[in-house]
Amino acid sequence: MMQARIRKQFAPGAESAAFSLDVDFKAAAGITVLFGPSGAGKTLTLDCIAGFVRPDEGRILLDDEILFDGAAGVYKPARARHCGYVFQNYALFPHMTLRENLEFALNRAPRPERRRKVAAMLETFHLEDVSGRHPQELSGGQKQRCSIARALIGAPRLVLLDEPSRGLDAPLRAELYAALRQVRDEFQIPALLVTHDFEECLELGDEMLVLRDGRIVQSGTPRKIFEQPANVDVARLLGTYNLLPAEVLALDPGRNVSRLRLQEFELAGPYFPGRLIGDHVWICIRPESLAALPRNGRAGMNQIPATLERAVEKLEHVRLEFAGGIAVDVPRTAFEKHRGAKDWVVEFPATGLRVL
Amino acid sequence: MRRPMPIDWFPLWLSLRVAILSTAFALVIGLGLAWILANTQFRGKELLDSAVTLPLVLPPTVLGYYLLVVLGRNSPVGKLYEWLFGEPLVFSWQAAVVAALFHSTPLLVKSARAAFESVDRSYERAARTLGASEARLFWRVTLPLARRSILAAAALAFARSLGDFGVTLMIAGNIPGRTQTVALAIYDAVESNNGRAARVLVLIISAIAILVLTLANRLTTNPYGPRQTAL
Repeated sequence: MMQARIRKQFAPGAESAAFSLDVDFKAAAGITVLFGPSGAGKTLTLDCIAGFVRPDEGRILLDDEILFDGAAGVYKPARARHCGYVFQNYALFPHMTLRENLEFALNRAPRPERRRKVAAMLETFHLEDVSGRHPQELSGGQKQRCSIARALIGAPRLVLLDEPSRGLDAPLRAELYAALRQVRDEFQIPALLVTHDFEECLELGDEMLVLRDGRIVQSGTPRKIFEQPANVDVARLLGTYNLLPAEVLALDPGRNVSRLRLQEFELAGPYFPGRLIGDHVWICIRPESLAALPRNGRAGMNQIPATLERAVEKLEHVRLEFAGGIAVDVPRTAFEKHRGAKDWVVEFPATGLRVL
Repeated sequence: MRRPMPIDWFPLWLSLRVAILSTAFALVIGLGLAWILANTQFRGKELLDSAVTLPLVLPPTVLGYYLLVVLGRNSPVGKLYEWLFGEPLVFSWQAAVVAALFHSTPLLVKSARAAFESVDRSYERAARTLGASEARLFWRVTLPLARRSILAAAALAFARSLGDFGVTLMIAGNIPGRTQTVALAIYDAVESNNGRAARVLVLIISAIAILVLTLANRLTTNPYGPRQTAL
């Protein structure tokens, strides 16, 4: 278990704006994902935990050991923290073979133990055949596995991964995910994974923290965050939502209904607790939850007319992008029948509508 | 016909000995200073940086004068040296080593600092997370990764040590057979109309310089880092 409360201020520099990091979170065994846009403070958080950057205030606890305590003046150096770190560029020592890279982490261990541990780790990550090579002679996947193996060989109590998937093509990414799942299952330690890829969060994350401008804006399981983003900012970061500005026109808790105004049209929705008539809200709805039909006379119940701007081919469907920033996913066959139509209606479900 | 005057080879051997010794000392002192400048933050760091660079810009006579004051027979350092080794430092061939040292160390510090700073930070961070002490980090990671650039810097320092004139003249003097280095011998040869000796020594020194520079340039094509040139 890792607990961190970190505050760090940066004064504005010649080329950088002022930035402040203020986060407070826990990470249990398993993968905790730090998700957010560039410049949200994800890597800075890892660097504070690893001991590369000294926070201004706060406290970092790993199991029952204090790594940093601003008030008590405790600041353990990186070498005494027992945190494995997987760098974005792997940072494998280029002048050492893969085996020497792993042995570097074990220099205090007696020779037989060192040999045994290196052999076991090479086997775990399928690197026995290339252990005598230098990093420059390895494939991308081998380098990646080696950097993970090196981070883990000293039996760290926490492993930090700084965007390991950045810039990898699809097959390598799949290899990485397999290796990380193996880490999760076999090592039983907390892992903090930095990413700005939401699919990666869903695929690997047990827990997820959404960071923005140095603050945690939401935490929970990736599935829960996906289904219920806490606010417009989070929904926007996930990047998979229509976010449409609307106004609350009517609310009826008794019949559990409401009416919203979107552009100059009215939509029916469920009752929204905690909202008042006249509130400006964001309708938050995924493209696949909407339906679209070519316009045929007047728009019906919960339908609004929309002009098609472009149709984008996706793997399993066609994404229709309408004027006003509405995106709708429709099955390819349904779209083929109406190819060429310009005026459409977009239909909103009355029940599933959510506002933020 | 007059027989050509024989060439006195002593200055060449002396210069080589002086250059080798001063390069060795410069490496130890220079790497230490370079590491401090590249890795630490402290008040007065800029001052130290300027002080290290000073010998590059001061006129040799000025530097020589300072050294005479600091190392002379009446100075504390000079007295200590005389007490330790039984003879004065100034106007000995050892003083020529000191002169060459001041001539070459600034260059070595500059290059070595750049070499240390060119080592990707993430290697050093990785070593620290793997439990390496700062000493182990230096010997096993930073130094090997910067090795070629540092050897190149040492080669340049060696070439520069061979060529000092002014400071050597000021503190070691120009005593033939004792403190007369190649640079001084060439001057004397020209002054005394011994054109042949001057030509031969000039050619030898030029050849050594070209050889050393070629070597340095080869070394600076660092296989691990971005491309850089020697100067």
